[in-house]
Parts: sequence; structure tokens; C-alpha cells
Amino acid sequence: MSDQVTMKVWRGDTDGGGFHEFAVEAREGEVVLDVIHRIQATQANDLAVRWNCKAGKCGSCSAEINGLPRLMCMTRMSTFEPGQPITVAPMKTFPVMKDLVTDVSFNFEMAKRIPAFSPRPPDADGKRRMAQRDVERSQEFRKCIECFLCQNVCHVIRDHEENKQHFAGPRFLMRITELEMHPLDTGDRIPLAREELGIPYCNITKCCTEVCPEHIHITDNALIPLKERVVDHYFDPIVWLGRKIRRKG
Amino acid sequence: MADIERHGYDVVVVGAGGAGLRAAIEAHASGARTAIVCKSLLGKAHTVMAEGGIAAAMGNVWSEDNWKVHFRDTMRGGKMLNNWRMAQLHAQEAPARVLELEEWGALFDRTKEGLISQRDFGGHRYARLAHVGDRTGLEMIRTLQQRAVSLGIDVFMECQVHRLIRDEDRVAGALAYWRESGRFVLFRTKAVILATGGIGKAFQVTSNSWEYTGDGHSLALWSGADLIDMEFVQFHPTGMVWPPSVRGILVTESVRGDGGVLRNSEGRRFMFDYIPEVFASETADTEAEADRWYDDHINNRRPPELLPRDEVARAINSEVKAGRGTEHGGVFLDIASRRSADYIRRRLPSMYHQFKELADVDITAAPFEIGPTCHYVMGGVKVDADTAASTIPGLYAAGEVAGGMHGSNRLGGNSLGDLLVFGRRAGMAAAEYAAGLGAEPNVEEAEVDQLIRRALEPFERSGGENPYSLQYELQDTMHNLVGIIRTRSELEQAIEAVGKLRERARNVTVEGHRQFNPGWHLALDLESLLTVSEAVARCALLREESRGGHTRDDFPKTDPEWAKVNNTVRKKGDEVNIEQVPLPEMPDELKTLFEEPAK
Amino acid sequence: MAVGTLEAERRGTRPANLRVDWWWLQPAITFVVLLGFVVYSTWTVFTPHDFYAGPSVGRHYLSPYYSPCITNRCKGGTTWNLVSWWPFSAGILMMPFPILFRATCYYYRKAYYRSFWLSPPACAVPDAHGSYTGESRFPLILQNLHRFAFYLIIPFPIILLWEAIKGLEFGSGHWGLGLGSIILFVNAFLLGFYTLGCHAGRHICGGHLNAFSKGPVRYWVWKQMTRFNLHHMGWAWTSLVFVAWTDIYIRLVASGVIHDPRLF
Ligand SMILES: Cc1cc2nc3c(=O)[nH]c(=O)nc-3n(C[C@H](O)[C@H](O)[C@H](O)COP(=O)(O)OP(=O)(O)OC[C@H]3O[C@@H](n4cnc5c(N)ncnc54)[C@H](O)[C@@H]3O)c2cc1C
Ligand code: SF4
Ligand code: SF4
Ligand code: FES
Ligand code: FES
Repeated sequence: MSDQVTMKVWRGDTDGGGFHEFAVEAREGEVVLDVIHRIQATQANDLAVRWNCKAGKCGSCSAEINGLPRLMCMTRMSTFEPGQPITVAPMKTFPVMKDLVTDVSFNFEMAKRIPAFSPRPPDADGKRRMAQRDVERSQEFRKCIECFLCQNVCHVIRDHEENKQHFAGPRFLMRITELEMHPLDTGDRIPLAREELGIPYCNITKCCTEVCPEHIHITDNALIPLKERVVDHYFDPIVWLGRKIRRKG
Repeated sequence: MADIERHGYDVVVVGAGGAGLRAAIEAHASGARTAIVCKSLLGKAHTVMAEGGIAAAMGNVWSEDNWKVHFRDTMRGGKMLNNWRMAQLHAQEAPARVLELEEWGALFDRTKEGLISQRDFGGHRYARLAHVGDRTGLEMIRTLQQRAVSLGIDVFMECQVHRLIRDEDRVAGALAYWRESGRFVLFRTKAVILATGGIGKAFQVTSNSWEYTGDGHSLALWSGADLIDMEFVQFHPTGMVWPPSVRGILVTESVRGDGGVLRNSEGRRFMFDYIPEVFASETADTEAEADRWYDDHINNRRPPELLPRDEVARAINSEVKAGRGTEHGGVFLDIASRRSADYIRRRLPSMYHQFKELADVDITAAPFEIGPTCHYVMGGVKVDADTAASTIPGLYAAGEVAGGMHGSNRLGGNSLGDLLVFGRRAGMAAAEYAAGLGAEPNVEEAEVDQLIRRALEPFERSGGENPYSLQYELQDTMHNLVGIIRTRSELEQAIEAVGKLRERARNVTVEGHRQFNPGWHLALDLESLLTVSEAVARCALLREESRGGHTRDDFPKTDPEWAKVNNTVRKKGDEVNIEQVPLPEMPDELKTLFEEPAK
Repeated sequence: MAVGTLEAERRGTRPANLRVDWWWLQPAITFVVLLGFVVYSTWTVFTPHDFYAGPSVGRHYLSPYYSPCITNRCKGGTTWNLVSWWPFSAGILMMPFPILFRATCYYYRKAYYRSFWLSPPACAVPDAHGSYTGESRFPLILQNLHRFAFYLIIPFPIILLWEAIKGLEFGSGHWGLGLGSIILFVNAFLLGFYTLGCHAGRHICGGHLNAFSKGPVRYWVWKQMTRFNLHHMGWAWTSLVFVAWTDIYIRLVASGVIHDPRLF
């Protein structure tokens, strides 16, 4: 079984560009990435696209399909209405390099700004013990495949370029929560999260959660708890007092 | 002198998978100025796709486990063709390497006592794989990546190494190009560590990504280093088969480790019919015993579904050939009838997700179709076990690109351990070599200019062939003629076909300009694909026996004479030669491990 | 870093919004329902009659908008007579608590930032505002005080439950169960479930721990609250709509428009 479909693919580079229409075959069970590859192999050899695993595991093939941020390799052609053209555009938040490929270095720069894991000393026998329930919360965040779709959809930087200076984006704020919740970590990244990496900019509108292909509850389990930890640190006199007393005692 | 970007380092690591990252971390720690160069973004290398776990005899689940048992499992799985010293170092050092990951922030699944949990896998006597659900590779690469970033190691992403440059016989540099701009970069360096992974893209049905074009194998061979065992290519028994667009995508072995069984179209658990002599003493021969094993490893023998991969892949192949396959040419993997939906979703979340989203199949509800897929190459750069040094001074290799560790067949979970153990050793040795090297090696500018000119030729030609169709033909040839089951006439045909493709590849044309041009990238990758394809086919033709990942229809038995030698590929002038070189001799105290009955 | 001009240049080359689905539907519904609720609530607290279905109709139902009634202006419905000088509607006195709680609730913040403030109206649809500072400045920085609203609201579901129990008394020692009682109970439970799923509460009661095994009781509480938290949006809406519905029902009964059926 195969159908003819119309793909409107954004092509261009740093000098600008626009949508190009391709009439192309789509076979049973195929995903958008298959169709893009067919265009590449038969009609536009130099069409630039990133991909690696084609199984939703590496987070390379992020794009905006009919305006929605998604992985091309996990978007089945059968989910579209027959006869309607399908638009495929590069992620909007990052500068285009060429066609569907964007310059995502913003993310790698943000990653560098987060202080590394700093564990406390191991148990007396040299081993480290953690109960499964102690690691589960951070494990959820470590499912992240760094597709940067959440970074792309977050309006804080998507629509407000100037915020890229002081907002790390959901993926990296989540990384801070992950480290803060790590049962062995001794660091304190809360001031950093508030003052330099922008957790107060998040208005918990949950678009990051909506687009995450790993279905991580980014907002509910990472960003809101991080905001609450900021409250503990800066706004809650009771917690402040408690800490004071405990430190003395 | 070409006007191109230039950098100087002590150690350049090619590849940012588990092996490359681990090597770079170690080289950096040893004081070498270190750079990582990789052709995808950081964190996207193949290692991210590994699912099952890292084999390490930590004894957290079975205190009976230790390095000797692991060593023996590895050697037997590899049909004794492994470099014994590599297998030994791997078994001894893997536990420490896993704990090190934990030290750097990895969060493995835990046992009740709070230690790292370990799971069962094919060919491993005890539950031994440290894991995180079925996304262990992701945990590993992210941990190493975060470590490397926090150490401030320079990373050149989407930068592809095109050729290595030598000064006399030693390494002097690497010429690379940025995928984005198409501009060339020259790395002057005292040492190069290859950690480029495998060659799977030479085959049509594969679990491997576009990156697996055998670059590291080819770079080594072109520079004069030896490759060994190239005929041994692992076909993983369980890849997806339907729909066509997902064909080859891996279904992790953990499905079987966690209770899944294989059935043919008649519903029979056919693996009981394929238990080879060597494994008979440790494999269950009734379904009842096999089923008891999951809870009691001591008093029962393992289910035959968990035999090494080569055995299972061949068995599936035979069932399908005998007409007992499924509609789309596979067999059934059934976990639905054996474990609760809840258990499956918890233990195998990403498999559940993968089938649901890619094939619209619910693995908790019904058996699903699977079939063999090209997965791993055991062969690779010949290295010294302790230092990962190749036969060229200054050139090191670790991870899938290195040969010897896995012999003729790799056990699941042994690759991730391999990356850590030998990545670290390569980093250490390369840093030491660089420190001991007096003067900077010299790079011949004329050579660089010429290499660049050659690489740009596809733009200048016109009317030549499209690189995509050549790649397709090559994959088709390798799949049909050099696949799971091989025979003389087909191999000869394949060698001839690859030769012709090589001629045609000299003529490919690419459209457009140098900026992020996948057509051009593929045109350059074709050279390495053809190089490794030829090596695989020629080694396969020479080895007139069946062993591990190499099965000859015309020589179905193992031949003790072939157990003593590695096929060794070496460039002589413009020709590629293959010689049989004796294996290193195993010391007697290790030999005795194979005399005792399996315990 | 990848900040700056390239992106700005490119904006012109594609429409700002490429979505083709009905992305506007959800914010539109949210807008209508929330606005309707605000209008109705304002009306009801400023309309201080018929909020108590008392002995005249053989019942003892107090509208949740007026619970607990702590003035003497609730006719027979006064819960505790604490404030005798209050000159306005008793509803106004209780209003600040739920308003503070719901207005700073993480879920409602999402809802009104999207549907009223259009920041953003839907995912991958442009923000309607030129500049954006989120919750980093005054006044929105005050959203950080949500946990104090949580502390203040805790007594309310309990009081509502207490009021519902009192509603079982059908005058002078006779007990019974009317439809109104069931409505009052459901209302109390819905508010309770909504409160139990509070993100701030979930953090305070256990989420702040880094190693759950160090606080097994807190872990248990956190786990239970997490179950409610998963459906926080659902409880937010049902409890919202139901409280208005409870008020309407009591007004209808109190004013004699309908008769509250007695179930037994
Ligand atoms: C689906 C799947 C599941 C697996 N599951 C398991 C498992 O459970 N357990 C296990 O032990 N093993 C598993 N394996 C095998 C294992 O993952 C791989 O063998 C291993 O990750 C290879 O690691 P590596 O570091 O050698 O190379 P990779 O991780 O593949 O990295 C190669 C790197 O080299 C770079 N590179 C390549 N060529 C060039 C060039 N010319 N210039 C610059 N850079 C270059 C790439 O960009 C990449 O960064 C699995 C493999 C697959 C495909
Ligand atoms: S919830 Fe916060 S981080 Fe996530 S998309 Fe919305 S504003 Fe951005
Ligand atoms: S959190 Fe989800 S959306 Fe964001 S980068 Fe990770 S996987 Fe992608
Ligand atoms: S290609 Fe890896 S996620 Fe799509
Ligand atoms: S978060 Fe909604 S009530 Fe606290």
C-alpha cells in the first residue's frame, strides 16, 4: 500500500528561505522521517536533516510538523488527514544552519553552566547504597534524550530572544532538579537556578511537558518542585527558621 | 599551504560514544591536551541506543559471580577466538568502571539492599547486567558526557574525521571537515584514539544508524594498521520486522531475559530443537525447567532462548527457511502470555513505547514478530590488550572499532563494559605516549592539500551517479551475499560486486554546495563502506569453517585449525592483504577454568 | 552562543504559527468557564440572601460561599458568631481564602496565563506580549506565596464536611438525608481532593526530601498526595464547577423554587 503525499518542507540557510513542495510516495507504516529520506534520496540529495537512531532514542530528528514540535522518526504518516499537505519546518527557537538543521549550541552552552554532581563519601565498605524509591524521581528526568523540543517550544525563549541570556530552559532546569533530588549529592544549585538560570521566568504553562517525547512530567515533577525549593530558600520564614535552628543544634 | 582551521592537541579522540568519552576523560585526567571529535551532536552516538545493560561481575544479585565466571562466559561466547587478555581485563575491571559511573552521577536500578541491580542476559551464567530499565546506554552516555563537559574537555561536534596523517610511521594529525560548513579542519596531534563504532550500514537490515560506516576501521587500515576478524559480524536475533520502515530496529534481549520466549508459526518453542553440544550441559531441555530458572538459577539450567546470539539468530533463520515463519518472515516473541502487563511496562518501558508508537503493536497483549538484524562487528583494529595500541605508533582504538575482545561472537552487555574498560586504558596509554614523545610530529602540507582536493572532486564531476543508489546497491549485495549464512560462490560474487561498486564510486556526483550536504557526506562515506565491505567479504571467504558470527553453508562445522588464528587485514602498497596470524597463547592457569564442569 | 541576529532575520521567512489544528479551542473554553465562574461568584457573595436553606424549608444547608459563617448576619446559618461588627455580606468575609488559594494555584496560573494573558495561548503559538519576565518580578513574584494560601485553606474542606454533617439534622433531633446533603458532601470531598493535590503541599509534606528512605512517613504522604496531584487539573475544574452548582442548588431550595427531595 502506498500513497502520494504533499510535503511542504522548509528549505534555506542563514540567508533565509521558504517552504518547498514535494510530491512524494508514503508507504504503509512509514514515519515522517522516512518520507523526508525519500525526498533526499530521489529529489533533493542535499536536503539537510539530522537523525541517528530512527527509534526515538537519540533525540536528533526534532522538527515542527504541522506547527507542532515533534520527533520526525516517531510521527507516523497515518496520523495525518489524507489529501492535506504536511508542513515540516526546523525548530524555531534556534538559528537555522540549513534546511531542517538548526544550531542548537545554546543548549550545550547552558549545560556547561550547571555545576556537576558532587557526591558525599561512600559507605564504610566503599559501596554506595540508595533505595530504589530514592532514585526514581531523578531517574524520570534522566530519561531525557536531549531532543530539545521542550527548549524549542518554551515561549520564554521562543518568543523572547533576549531571555536566552538568563533562562536555561526546561531541560536544564530539570537537570538542576535532578541533581538537587539526587540522594547522594551535596551541592546547592538553588541560588543559581533563581538568579542566573531563570526558574522564575517559567510560568508553568506546561508546553514543555506537552511536547516531551519521553513523556517526562517536566513541569509537575521538576519545575514546580524547583520553584518550591526556591520558595524554601528565599520566601519561607518557617523553613528558614528551621534551618537556622538545625544548624545550631 | 591550505588556508584552513588548525588546532593542536596531545590526544585527539575520534568518536563520542562510550569508548571515546571514557578515553577522553582519562587522557584529560592524565594531563594530556585532549579533544573529542564526533560526527553527530554530543550525546547522540550509538551508545545512547544500548538497552540491556553493562555486564560486570559485581555479585550484587548472585554472590557466586566473579570475574573468572565472566571471563569464561565471554571466551565461550566468542568460541575461544577472543584475545584472552582482553577478556580477562574486561572481566576484572568492569565492576570498578560501573561503580565509577555511579560516582559521576549515574542512577542504576537498585536491589533491595540498595546496591546496583543486575539482570540476566544471553550467555551470562549469572544475572550480571547493571542496568537502568531498558535505557542503560542513555544513562551511560549522559553520565560520561556530563563528566566530560564538567572537566571542560574540548568537543568538536558534527566534525567528521576524513583521513589520518602520518609522519613516517607514526600518527601526526587528522584531517576533518565540519558537516555544517563543509570546511576542513586540521588537527595536529601526537596521538589519535579511534572510537568510531561499527560498520552496520554496510548491510540492509540493521539496528545501526547512518554513523556506522566503518570510518575508524578504514582510517586505521588506510594508515597501515592491522584489522582482525572482520568476517565476524553479529546478527542480533531480535529486530523488528514489520512495518518495513522499522525493519531492523532492535528489540532488546532483555525481553527474553525477563521471560519472553520464541515461537514459530505453529506455536512451538523451537529453541529446544537447537541446543548445541557445547551448551547442552547448562541449557534446560524441558519447558518446565526453563521456566523455573527465572526464580532459581542454582538448581535449574537456563532457557535455550538465552543461548548466545549467533545460535538464536541461526535458529530463527532455519525456522523461517523451513516455512515455519510468520507472515512477514520472522518468528514470534511472546512475553504477553507469560508476564503481567504491569510487569512488562515496568521492566521494558522503552520497548513497550517503541512498539506502541512505531508499529501500533501492544507487546503486553499479544506475541509480536521479530527477525535477525545486523547489529555489531566483532572484528576491528588489532590492539594490544593492555594499552589499546594499534600496530601504528600513536594510534589507539577502543570500543566497537577495536577487535579481539569478543572473538567470533559478542555476548550482550559485554560491549558497554568493553567501552569503559578499554576506553580508559586507551586514554591512559595515549596520554603517556604523547607525553613521552619529544618533538611534535610533522604534517606534510602538500599531502593535506591533496586530500582536500580529492575530497571535493564529487562537486566538480557531472553526470556521475547518485551516492544514495550506490549505497543502496552495496547494502543489498552485502545483505544477500555476505549475510547470516554464507557460501563460497556467493562470497566470490560479492567481492566482485564490491569491486565494481568501487569503480563506480569514483564517479559519483553531488548537487548543491558544501554547506550541510548529506549527499556529499555520503559520497565520502562510501569509501569507508566499500573498504570494510571488501574486508568482511574477503575474510569470510578465507575462513572455511563456521564459528560464532560467521556461518558457512559449505563448511558447517568448526575447524580446530581455524581456532588458532585470526584473519589479519593489512594494507600493502595499494593492495589489501589478508594473513592468518596465530592467536596469543592463554596462560595455563586460565586454561584450567575451562576444564572444570560448568558450575 | 547561539543568540541573536540569525534567528531574528529568519523570523520573516515563515509564518509565526504553523499549527493547523484547533489550538484556540482549549484556551477559549477555559476563558469562558473561568470568566463565568468569576462573574457568578461575585454575584453570589454580593447577594446575601437565600444562601441558607434553614428551618423554614425543613433543612440546614449553608452555601459553601458562606461557610464557615462567622458573623451574626447568616440568620440561622451562623457557624460561629465571632465577628459582630461586620457590616457587609458574610460571603465577602470568606471570599479571600479560596480566591488566594485558587489564584495562586499552579494549575490555575497555567490556565489564566494561557487563556487570559495569552502568554502563550497554546504551545508553539506566539506569545501575545512583546516583553516577558514571567514570575521574576512584582507582582507575579508573589505567586511564590502559594504555600501560605495552602496553609490557610486546609481548614476549609474540614469545615465544609462539618457543615455537611450538620445538614443531616432535619430539625429538633431528627436525622435524615436529602439530595442537598449529598451535594454538600460531594462538594466538601471535591475541595478536599483538589487541596490534597496541591503542588506546594506535596512539596512541603515530603517532596522536599532528597532521600525518601530517610522519612518513611513523609514518603507515604508524598505518594498519596502525588496520586491526587496527577489529576490536579481535573479536581480543580470539578471542584470549581461544583461549588457554584452547590450554591445554586441551595439558593433554589432556600427560595422555595424547588423542594429538596429526602432520600431517607
Ligand atoms: C540498538 C542497540 C542496542 C544495544 N544494546 C547493547 C547492550 O544492551 N549492551 C551492550 O553492551 N551493548 C549494546 N549494544 C552495542 C553497543 O551499544 C555499541 O557497540 C557501543 O555503544 C559502541 O560504542 P562506541 O563507543 O564504540 O561507539 P559509538 O557509541 O557508536 O560512537 C561512535 C562515535 O564515533 C563517531 N564517529 C564515527 N565516525 C567518525 C568520523 N569519521 N569522524 C568523527 N567521528 C566519528 C560518532 O559520531 C560517534 O560519536 C547495542 C547496540 C545497538 C545498536
Ligand atoms: S512550563 Fe515553564 S519551562 Fe515549560 S514551556 Fe512553560 S514556561 Fe517554559
Ligand atoms: S525533557 Fe523531553 S522534550 Fe526536553 S529535551 Fe528531554 S526528552 Fe526532549
Ligand atoms: S532519529 Fe533518534 S530520535 Fe529520531
Ligand atoms: S498547586 Fe493547585 S492548589 Fe496548590
